[in-house]
Amino acid sequence: MTYIIEGRTGPWELVIGLEVHAQVVSNAKLFSGASAMYGGEPNAQVSFVDAGFPGMLPVINRECVAQAVRTGLGLKAQINLVSRFDRKNYFYADLPQGYQISQFAHPIVGTGVIDIELESGEIRQIGVTRLHLEQDAGKSMHDQHPAQSFIDLNRAGVALMEIVSEPDMRSPEEAGAYLRKLRTILRYLGTCDGNMEEGSMRADVNVSVRKTGEPFRTRCEIKNVNSVRFVMQAIEAEARRQVEIWEAGETVDQETRLYDPARGETRPMRSKEDAHDYRYFPDPDLLPLVIEQAWVDELASALPELPDAKKARFISQYGIPAYDSGVLVMEQATADFYETLAKGRDGKAASNWMLGDFFAGLNRLGKSIETSPISASALGGLLDLIADATINGKIAKEVLEAMMETGASALSIVEERGLKQVTDTGAIDAAVDAVLAANPDKLAEYKAGKDKLFGFFVGQVMKAMAGKGNPALVNEAIRRKL
Amino acid sequence: MTLEFTLASARAALRRRTISARELTQAHLDAVAALEPHIHAFITVTPDMALAQADAADAALARGKAGPLAGLPVAIKDVFCTKGVKTTAASRILEPFVPPYESTVTANMLRDGAVFLGKLNLDEFAMGSATTNSAFGATINPWQRADSNTPLVPGGSSGGSAAAVASGMALAATGTDTGGSIRQPASYCGIVGIKPTYGRCSRYGVVAFASSLDQPGPFARTVEDAAILLGSMAGHDPKDSTSANRAVPDFAAATQRGVKGLKIGVPREYRVDGMPPEIEALWRQGLDWLRAEGAEIVDVSLPHTKYGLATYYIVAPAEASSNLARYDGVRYGLRVPANDLKDLYEETRAAGFGAEVRRRILIGTYVLSAGYYDAFYLKAQKVRALILKDFTDAFGQVDALLTPTTPSAAFAIGENEDDPVKMYLNDIFTVPASIAGIPGMSVPAGLDAQGLPLGLQVLGRHFDEETIFAVGAALERAAGFTARPRIRMGEGA
Repeated sequence: MTYIIEGRTGPWELVIGLEVHAQVVSNAKLFSGASAMYGGEPNAQVSFVDAGFPGMLPVINRECVAQAVRTGLGLKAQINLVSRFDRKNYFYADLPQGYQISQFAHPIVGTGVIDIELESGEIRQIGVTRLHLEQDAGKSMHDQHPAQSFIDLNRAGVALMEIVSEPDMRSPEEAGAYLRKLRTILRYLGTCDGNMEEGSMRADVNVSVRKTGEPFRTRCEIKNVNSVRFVMQAIEAEARRQVEIWEAGETVDQETRLYDPARGETRPMRSKEDAHDYRYFPDPDLLPLVIEQAWVDELASALPELPDAKKARFISQYGIPAYDSGVLVMEQATADFYETLAKGRDGKAASNWMLGDFFAGLNRLGKSIETSPISASALGGLLDLIADATINGKIAKEVLEAMMETGASALSIVEERGLKQVTDTGAIDAAVDAVLAANPDKLAEYKAGKDKLFGFFVGQVMKAMAGKGNPALVNEAIRRKL
Repeated sequence: MTLEFTLASARAALRRRTISARELTQAHLDAVAALEPHIHAFITVTPDMALAQADAADAALARGKAGPLAGLPVAIKDVFCTKGVKTTAASRILEPFVPPYESTVTANMLRDGAVFLGKLNLDEFAMGSATTNSAFGATINPWQRADSNTPLVPGGSSGGSAAAVASGMALAATGTDTGGSIRQPASYCGIVGIKPTYGRCSRYGVVAFASSLDQPGPFARTVEDAAILLGSMAGHDPKDSTSANRAVPDFAAATQRGVKGLKIGVPREYRVDGMPPEIEALWRQGLDWLRAEGAEIVDVSLPHTKYGLATYYIVAPAEASSNLARYDGVRYGLRVPANDLKDLYEETRAAGFGAEVRRRILIGTYVLSAGYYDAFYLKAQKVRALILKDFTDAFGQVDALLTPTTPSAAFAIGENEDDPVKMYLNDIFTVPASIAGIPGMSVPAGLDAQGLPLGLQVLGRHFDEETIFAVGAALERAAGFTARPRIRMGEGA
């Protein structure tokens, strides 16, 4: 379905591209031995290189390069065996060297693709223009002192991957799906934890609008948006702003803007006079980064199964619908849980139980799959009791709830509470007889043609049996007696 | 006494125990005390540290466990970061800076037992050819013209290093050479100076001027001494990505090789207009000496030589403008308090940088700017490749090149200060080798009519310093250069 903004002058189409900064998972920073861990005491993880001391020189961290290559492979992208680091020059208090070391002209990863799935089930392919490695800056804190700013350099020099998309997205939904999919891939690869709240993944959003069939119009860049929801909101707000400008007969200025979630609007980040000329040039402290194809192949062979492949395999191996498979593979932990659960069991039932009552239970308890009170094999125990007709589905829901609250096994709950399904036809027949005897009026109505009352009798029998009657046998007995 | 020693002879004396490291060091500290008022070669003198190092060397010598530089008093250009010792780069902006780390080159020398007398003056951030750009005052060349006592420049940027070694305040010294900053002052002060191949000595802990050109190297009074010191300074350093992973050859042994059978190139483009006839004559004399020793002299062409200076004065300022951005008053060094960040930058940097540094930052910022990058920086990089190719082609025919080091002898303080380009022209013969990254040495070869020293420059292939040492030593033997500067121990100014 096409997303459009209906303006006074007609429909407007959105053109969206994303630049995602993903912090590389590594022990040490991109060019220094200092720790790259999140959350240390301010300035506790800073080497003289990070702090831009005189005579300090950058030395590339091989693991960060490996992470970029893995990510490139995960995006089905071209890996450039020769890349180069440039200096991006600008002054800021949290940029100790006075320049950021980045890859401007020759990135380590070239074009790739990300398949995104929309709610309609439609799959769209979004182009990735490039991925390059660069240093993060430090953090300026303006709220610690009335007249001074404080600087924390713990983050200065941490490796980032900047992943740039083609302007291929046409709706906030597509942008959201792209971000979520990218985050899933990065997490599968273990190259970025994708934690947008902590800032280890941030997005710059490029937005323009146009009438259908037109070439691109001027875009604006919304900097540093830190959640998927805000990205989607920011796109919508910015697109509406631009439509208003065009329709008022004015022109959109190419500029950098910030999204204010509280007001639901974007506003300019800096004036034109402050526009930077970054004076990029090759960093003379670093040689060109040359990697071997054999090393790339080695990294490729050690890559984990990625979400798209896993999704396809789940569909064919476990016979589950594409949508369900898509949900299951969204997070590696969920997919792993599912596979443990589905192994040797009915894959469809496993998926239904997991995505239904189990997830609902986790939500109710405020837990995630990682902190789940019951393991996949414990949930499997419940499924086994259903499969061998020890309990019926209705009772199983009750058992699952108890399992999640107590952590006890399905079997012990069933035994303790006497929830075993009754399959004794004698007992079922007796219960059916009693219900029919107690409801002669309903029986008469049924016989007069009111078929719907069949359900009423099933319900009454089950109620009489405290829900433990085997549903198939109960149905059969009622049908026989009627 | 100090001038009677070379690094090699002092080392021999120390090992024979005819002199102690403490005595040798004290003699040099006395020389510093006596000559500094006239020469001003030092920014910081560290007598206590020097004597402590000397005592440690004496102990090591007594145990028979002394390193190659044990007990030898040397001094360090003040761009090498020295742990716990103020390192200024001759700039106000670093005046209060005491590094908490040691540069690799000085760490190598300390490992080998060297005694550090102190930190030597230079042009601010190594930008200059006269050591007149120091924020802490100019260094005076210990040499004077025969007919006057007009103070002359020692050359630059490593003018403090050259003056200290020439006058006998230190046995040897470190320098850095970006476009001639070792070779030109060595020539002006009548001593030996080597810019090794780019990548031979680590730049870790050396305050950067132009990263793709900067290279540490030694000053000494003999070719052999320079070989000894370079052997200690050099070596692969994982902390410098541009450091070459190559074994350090026995440079001192190479000084004994001789030049028989070597082909020595004479680049015709180095015959520039207005070169004094005595320099031309000395050049010819140098070639005759080498021919007499069995070398073959071959005319070669380095056609892009004339673009060397222009290329250098785009590439070096471009890198400098970026390298010096870190001096912002935020984390260390000078800070001029201000009300906001922009003012902090502007006031700190205006107060902290001298005129020449500001000029080069401006030039560098300009040539990297959007719209000018292609015309200046990118084009300069292309020319750089051509200049390198010139040398590669020449070294296909010859083993080394011989040229004058400078187009003139030392000039008076204040001369060439009216026009920066006139000052830049001092580097016309030294800059091409820096651009190409090849090694070069200046050897004192004679005196001009005023009695001022003149040097000849030997250039070699990448990582073939050994041939340069062989040629340099042959020139040294033939020249028999024994002249001494007027300002030296025992005579004063």
